Amino acid sequence: MSDGSLKVIGEPRRRVDGRAKVTGQTRFADDIVLPRMLHCKLLRSALPHARIVSVDTTKAEALDGVHLVLTGDAFPIAYGVLPVSHDEHALCRDKVRFVGDPVAAVIAVDEATASEATRLVHVEYEPLRTFAEPEDSLAHPEPRIHEYGDEGNIHKLVSLQFGDIDAALAAADHVFDDTFFFEGSTHLPIEQHAAVGLKDPDGKLVVYSSTQTPHYVHRALAKSLAMPAAHIRVIATPNGGGFGGKSDPFNHEIVVAKAALLLDRPVKICLTREEVFYCHRGRHPVLMRFRTGVRKDGTLAGVDLQTLLDGGAYGSYGVASTFYTGALQTVTYDIPRYRFRGCRVFTNKPPCGPKRGHGTPQARFGQEVQLDKIAERLDVDPADFRLRIVAPPDSLTANYLRIGTIALADCIHSVVRQSDWKNRFRKLPRGRGVGLACSSYLSGAGLPINWNDLPHSGVQLKLDRSGGVTAFSGATEIGQGSDDVLVACVAEVLGIDPFDVRAVTGDTDLTPVDLGSYSSRVTLMMGNAAVEAATRARDLIAGAVSRRLDVPPERLTFAERRVFDASNPSTGVSFQEAVCIAEAQFGTLGTTGSYTPPKPAAQFKGGGVGPSPAYSYTAAVVEVDVDPETGWIRVPRVWIAHDIGRALNPTLVRGQVEGSVYMGLGEALMEEQAFRRLPPRLSNALVHKFPSILEYKSPTTLDMPEIFTDLIEHPDAAGPFGAKEVGQGPLLPIMPAVANAVYDAVGVRIDEVPITPQKIVKALQAKAAGRDARYGPAAFPQIRWPEPLLVAPPWEGGDGRASNEPSRKKRKAEAGIEGTAGVRA
Amino acid sequence: MTPEVVEPGVKVRLPLVVNGERVETLVDGYKTLLEVLREDLQLTGTKHGCELGECGACAVLVDGEPTLSCLLLALECPGRDVVTVEGLVSDGRLHPLQDAFADLGAAQCGYCTPGILVTAKALLDREPHPTRERIREALSGNLCRCTGYLQIIEAVEAAAAATPRATRGQAR
Repeated sequence: MSDGSLKVIGEPRRRVDGRAKVTGQTRFADDIVLPRMLHCKLLRSALPHARIVSVDTTKAEALDGVHLVLTGDAFPIAYGVLPVSHDEHALCRDKVRFVGDPVAAVIAVDEATASEATRLVHVEYEPLRTFAEPEDSLAHPEPRIHEYGDEGNIHKLVSLQFGDIDAALAAADHVFDDTFFFEGSTHLPIEQHAAVGLKDPDGKLVVYSSTQTPHYVHRALAKSLAMPAAHIRVIATPNGGGFGGKSDPFNHEIVVAKAALLLDRPVKICLTREEVFYCHRGRHPVLMRFRTGVRKDGTLAGVDLQTLLDGGAYGSYGVASTFYTGALQTVTYDIPRYRFRGCRVFTNKPPCGPKRGHGTPQARFGQEVQLDKIAERLDVDPADFRLRIVAPPDSLTANYLRIGTIALADCIHSVVRQSDWKNRFRKLPRGRGVGLACSSYLSGAGLPINWNDLPHSGVQLKLDRSGGVTAFSGATEIGQGSDDVLVACVAEVLGIDPFDVRAVTGDTDLTPVDLGSYSSRVTLMMGNAAVEAATRARDLIAGAVSRRLDVPPERLTFAERRVFDASNPSTGVSFQEAVCIAEAQFGTLGTTGSYTPPKPAAQFKGGGVGPSPAYSYTAAVVEVDVDPETGWIRVPRVWIAHDIGRALNPTLVRGQVEGSVYMGLGEALMEEQAFRRLPPRLSNALVHKFPSILEYKSPTTLDMPEIFTDLIEHPDAAGPFGAKEVGQGPLLPIMPAVANAVYDAVGVRIDEVPITPQKIVKALQAKAAGRDARYGPAAFPQIRWPEPLLVAPPWEGGDGRASNEPSRKKRKAEAGIEGTAGVRA
Repeated sequence: MTPEVVEPGVKVRLPLVVNGERVETLVDGYKTLLEVLREDLQLTGTKHGCELGECGACAVLVDGEPTLSCLLLALECPGRDVVTVEGLVSDGRLHPLQDAFADLGAAQCGYCTPGILVTAKALLDREPHPTRERIREALSGNLCRCTGYLQIIEAVEAAAAATPRATRGQAR
C-alpha cells in the first residue's frame, strides 16, 4: 500500500541480506570451520521403547582418532522447551522412547571416525511394549512412557466450556457431527540441523546453532549443564529453513556444548537427513470431532470440539499444541457458545511439536470442511455462509480472545471476485472443482513460554559519527526476512536507506532478548521494539539539531538521509552531521526499545494460549482437476487474499503467502510423517516409513499452481506501521480448500489429509456402491474427559474467570515460581 | 573416467579447474566432489540437504552441466571444469540471475539458492530465453521449501530478459 509519508515501508525492495544469500556467503552453521575442530556423531536407539540395561563404550574409546565418548551419565539434568515438560536428557539415561532417541555421542577427529566409533558402542536393552497409535496409549496406561503427565500415557487433558453448549446444540435447528483426521507431516528444511560448541578464550561456552530460538537454547544449556547463563553465548546462525522444526532446544546442541567444555576444542555436529526426520517436532497427527449447531438463519449456535493428538515420545511444545487445536476457531467465526476438549498422548515415535500454524491447521481443516458441508445442506453458497458468520471486529470472543482488526470479509470478497467463484462453484464439468476456505492466525503469542513480566522483544541501536546505525536484536533470521523487518523499521523512522543500517541478530551476548522466530511474532513484536528504539534515537537527534538549526524539533523531518525543517527543506543537515551534532551534545549515542504484549482478557487456566496482539486472516479458493477414474488430483490455480494489516516489504510478504500455499499443498496432497513396524524377524521396531527426501514427497516446480495473491491492507494499531503476520496464516486455508474443491469436482468428501488418489478412488467406489460418499475416520474414541472449566462468555455476564476453578493465588502457590502462563500445568 | 584403485587412507592428487582457477589438492579417495569443494577447498557456498541426490542443494556445474556434487566422487573429476555459486560473480558484479534472485524474493532462507542459481545458469547458457515450462523442468530437481518456486521462476525470467529491477543503495 503506498502511503505518501512512508519511504521504505510498503516499497518492494531487495532484502538487506539478499546479496549474501545469492552469493552463497550466508554462513550457515555447517559452514563454520574452526581450528582444531572435532566432529560429533550420535548413536541413536534402534528400538522404539526399551530400558537401558548397560552401555559399554570401551571399544569406541579405544578407536584411533576418538577423543571422547559421552553417555547419559554426563547429562543428569532434564530440560525441555516448556517449563511443564522438562522431560528430555541430552543423552538417554534410563530408557529410550523412540527409534532415534540418542544414547551415546562420539567426538572424533572426523565424521567418518566418529561414525565408525558409534558402531562400537554396545548398548544392552530390555525392550518394553511399543505404543504405536494414540488408541494404544489410551487403552494401556502401563508401562508409562513418561513418569509424568495427566494419567497413564496421556500427557495432557484439556477441558474448557464457554456457556452451556449442550443447551445450545439442543436448541439448534441443525446439529452437524463430523469426524476428521489430519496426518502428521514434517518441516523438511533443506538445511539439516547443525551446531558448533566451543570454549572461548576466556573459558566461557559458545554455541553456534541453526536454531529459531537462541533464547530457549540459552536457557536449556544453562539448566542442563548447570552453568550460569551469563557464561554462555548462543549464536543463532541464519537458518536454512525452520518452519518450527528448529524451535526446540535439541540434544545435539547440548552434547556439543558439553564436549567442547570437556575437551576445550571446538566440536561440530551436522545431522544427516535421516536424523532430521527423527528429530521431527512437526505437525501432530490429530483426530477430531466437530459438533456444530446451526440456526435456521444460517448463524452458528455453538461448537463442541474434541481433539486427540498423537504427541510422539516427548513433551516438546505439545501442551501448547493441544490448546492451539481449540484456540482460534472463535477468532474467525462468531461462535456464541463453545466447548473444547483436547487430549495429547505419548507414543513411541519422534516427538511432535510446532510446525507452521502450530496446532491450528488440523482443527482448521475440520472446521472449514464441516462449514462446506453445512452450506451444502442449507443450500447456501459457502462464501455467503461464511460472510454471515465472520467474527466482529474489536470484540471479545466466547473464550476471551480480543479481536482487533479483521478484514476476513474483504478477503472472502477478493477471492470470490478474482476466481469468478459465482460462475464456477458447482458449475464446472465433472472432474473440475473449486473450494473455498478461510483461516486466522496469531501475530505472536500474547504470553511468554516462561512466565515472567519481561519484554518479549528488545532492540538496541548504536549510532555514531560515521552516520552508520547498527540495530541489535535477538530475533533470528530463518529466511522469513526478520533482518529486513528490523532494518526497514529503523530506516523508515530515521529517514535513511535500509542499506545504511547494519543488523546484528540472534546472539545472546550481543543482542537484547527476543523470544525467537516462532508463532509469527517477530514482525509485530521486534518491529514495535525497533520502532520504539528508532523513535527515541530520532527524538534525541531532533533535540540536538533543533538547537543547532534553531528549528522546533517537531518541525524537523527525517528523510532521504537528511534532517531538515519541514516548512523550509533547504534548512537542514545530512543525517551524518545530525548524528555528530547529537553525539557532541549527549555523548555516545544509543537507544533501546522493548515490546511486551497487552495483558490478555482470559483469567482461566489455559486461557494463556490463543491471545495475540493482532490476528491475521486469510481466504483462499483452490481449483482442482480430479480424474474420476484414477483419483489423480492436480491443482492448476489458487486465489488467496491475506489480511496483512500493512505489507512492510511486499516482495517478502508475497513470498510468505506463496510459500505457505506451497507448504499447504504439500500437506493437502502428499506429505506424511508415517511409520511402520519392521518385520518381527528384524526387530519389529516402529520406524519412519520413509526418512528420505526422495520418498517423503513434497511439491516440486512441476507441482506448483498459479497463485493469485491479494494483500488486504487495513493497518492494525497493534502492529509496527499497522503490520500483522503473514508467515503462517496463509497456509491454513489451503488443505480444507483442496478438500472442498475435490467435493465440488467429483462429489466425494475426503475428511482427512493428505488427500491422495487412492482415498478419492475409495470414496468414489463407496459412492458407487451406495455407501457414504466419503473417505475418513469412522469415529472418535471415548475419552474420559475431566469436568470442564466453566467460563461464561462475555455476553452471558462472564468476566473471563472459570466458576469452578480454584483461586488464582492458590494455584500459583501450588505451581511454584516457574510456571508457564501460556500452558499452566 | 574410471578412477584408479585407491588404498584407504592414502590421499590422491586431484587437479581441477574451479571457477576458472586451476587448483590441485590432495583428497581422500572416498570423498565426494561436494566434500572436496566444501571441506578441502573451503567453497562452502555449495550446500547439502541429503547427500543422496534427492534435494538438488549441492548442484554445481561440471563442464557446464548441472551435476549433483554429492553423488560424484571427486576422483571422477580430474581436470574437469567446475563452477560453483562463488564463480557466478565476475569483475565484482553479480550475475544477472543473482541480481534478479535478490531483487525479486527468489531467495528466502538462501539454502537451496546456490544449487538453483547454477542450474538456472546452465539453462540460460544454453537457452537464453526459455519458456516458463522449460524453466520449471530445468529446476524440477531442486527442492525449495520456502518460496513455492514462483518468485524463483520469475527471477529466472527476469534475468533472461536482462532486466533485473533497479534497486536502491545496494551493493551489487
